[in-house]
Amino acid sequence: MKITKNEVIHVADLSRLDLDEESIDKFAGQIANILEYVEKLGHADTEGVAPTSHAIFLSNAFREDGEISHLDRDTAIANAPEKEDGSFVVPRVI
Amino acid sequence: MKLYELTIKEAHELLKRKEISSQELTRAVLERIHAVDDKVKAYITVADERAMEDARIADKAISEGNISRLTGIPLAIKDLMTTEGLRTTCASKILENFVPPYNATVIGKLKKEHAVIAGKTNMDEFAMGSSTENSGIQITHNPWDLSRIPGGSSGGSAAAVAADMCIASLGSDTGGSIRQPAAHCGIVGLKPTYGRVSRFGLVAYASSLDQIGPMTKDVTDCAMLMNAVAGYDPKDSTSVPKEVPDYTACLKHEGLKGMTIGIPKEYSTAGLDADVSAAVKNAVRKIESLGAECIEISLPHTEYVVAAYYVIAPCEASSNLARYDGVKYGFRDKEKGDLMQMYRSTRSKGFGAEVKRRIIIGTYCLSAGYYDAYYGKASQVRTLIMEDFKNAFEHCDAIASPVTPAPAFRIGENTDDPLTMYLSDIFTLSANMAGIPGISVPCGFSGDGLPIGLQIMGKHFNEEILLTVAYNFEQETDFHKRKPML
Repeated sequence: MKITKNEVIHVADLSRLDLDEESIDKFAGQIANILEYVEKLGHADTEGVAPTSHAIFLSNAFREDGEISHLDRDTAIANAPEKEDGSFVVPRVI
Repeated sequence: MKLYELTIKEAHELLKRKEISSQELTRAVLERIHAVDDKVKAYITVADERAMEDARIADKAISEGNISRLTGIPLAIKDLMTTEGLRTTCASKILENFVPPYNATVIGKLKKEHAVIAGKTNMDEFAMGSSTENSGIQITHNPWDLSRIPGGSSGGSAAAVAADMCIASLGSDTGGSIRQPAAHCGIVGLKPTYGRVSRFGLVAYASSLDQIGPMTKDVTDCAMLMNAVAGYDPKDSTSVPKEVPDYTACLKHEGLKGMTIGIPKEYSTAGLDADVSAAVKNAVRKIESLGAECIEISLPHTEYVVAAYYVIAPCEASSNLARYDGVKYGFRDKEKGDLMQMYRSTRSKGFGAEVKRRIIIGTYCLSAGYYDAYYGKASQVRTLIMEDFKNAFEHCDAIASPVTPAPAFRIGENTDDPLTMYLSDIFTLSANMAGIPGISVPCGFSGDGLPIGLQIMGKHFNEEILLTVAYNFEQETDFHKRKPML
């Protein structure tokens, strides 16, 4: 599986990234090298091996259902690039 | 001795006996930063005024007889742990002006002990890298040779400790980011067991691998800092509700009799630098002379570790970094356009090349049709890597190995070749994949005078054995006492 320039553009699109022509060429080469290296995983015998997504055994983390304090609204949105009346402002959607 | 050269333990004794004040100590550290950081560039933010305020509070606590081990001690914090009211950038343009409204749990713990925060240190952007060259803010130089990298991603923290610009530091380690820069800068760095230290307030890179840990001038300080930061946190559902031992109880110079240390045969690769190989062999001999038995063990899936890591970590990163969209905090590109264009231009201008590369790799590996071949397969290989360690620890109590295949390379040497850079992480990635603890301790110098580190790894929640081996080794050597000339 060799990643093509078009695939890089497609995946960048899914990732909400714009790449210029130069970055596309550069990334396509570098990422192809990395993926080619990663192909070696195919040689590992994983027949019947369960996947691991978390290295420590833990069951669900429950807590008592109680009241706890949270950031107030103004503090929580203080870092927003644009805000109004306690809300985030975004460019027009519809 | 200069005040900034003190260790936590030494400074604590002087503070306790009221021979120095935290304000004197903090001022000395800040002056040291202003004297040498122009050359090293370890700090992104130096918190001069706040640090002096922290010191005044600490002195007040001490005068009231209220002193714990970190009271009044100036520490440097890697710039990806949130500090209330103090800018936290992750060395990224996208968070360049982010001032967190809350403290990470570890910062809260330090505050409770009245520790002093001297500032926030440089790193690879979002902790993605092994040289701190991927910082979107500045390049950090290795205090031992300014033309070389300090390692990464916690390169600023390591350089700050090595250059005495703090008494100790906190870093984070996702694939070696504490241990590798510790080795390159000649200091001690510990990556604890996954779940030992709360990740609440640690900006996420790869959530199943990230862990905060101490970076210190010696093993004693490492144990002291671990005591302060370890423990269960209800705010981190992956932290483990397990009692925290007193790690300083391991600091006994009683030898290593009865202990078995495994040496992985797969780690003696052809690519290992001759000076590193010699230093690590000498270290193993020293450990043997302390009474431990050293045996060969096998970690047969070592050859797959780099490949599995560089699938899993980017996959998790691509998902974690989706939150940077220019809406809630951080940078927003304000050029005219609709919401989608705003997302795209914000992310494109805000992220650096390595971050984009990993987001693209991660998104690709998780996309329909490729998920099983990449993420699924890598997760199965992760199980095999964990089993390797489980089997190995049936024959030994701890594993000793190099931290890095070679001493610190030159700035700019590997920047255009990400794969070569990734391959140099071979000895550190496994501990993150398996969730086990690993420590780096200074074990020698190269012919060029560059520090070399010895790695010791142990079973889950067995940080004590790492500290015991490291402490006994340190007592027999003086590598940790040498200082770079600046």
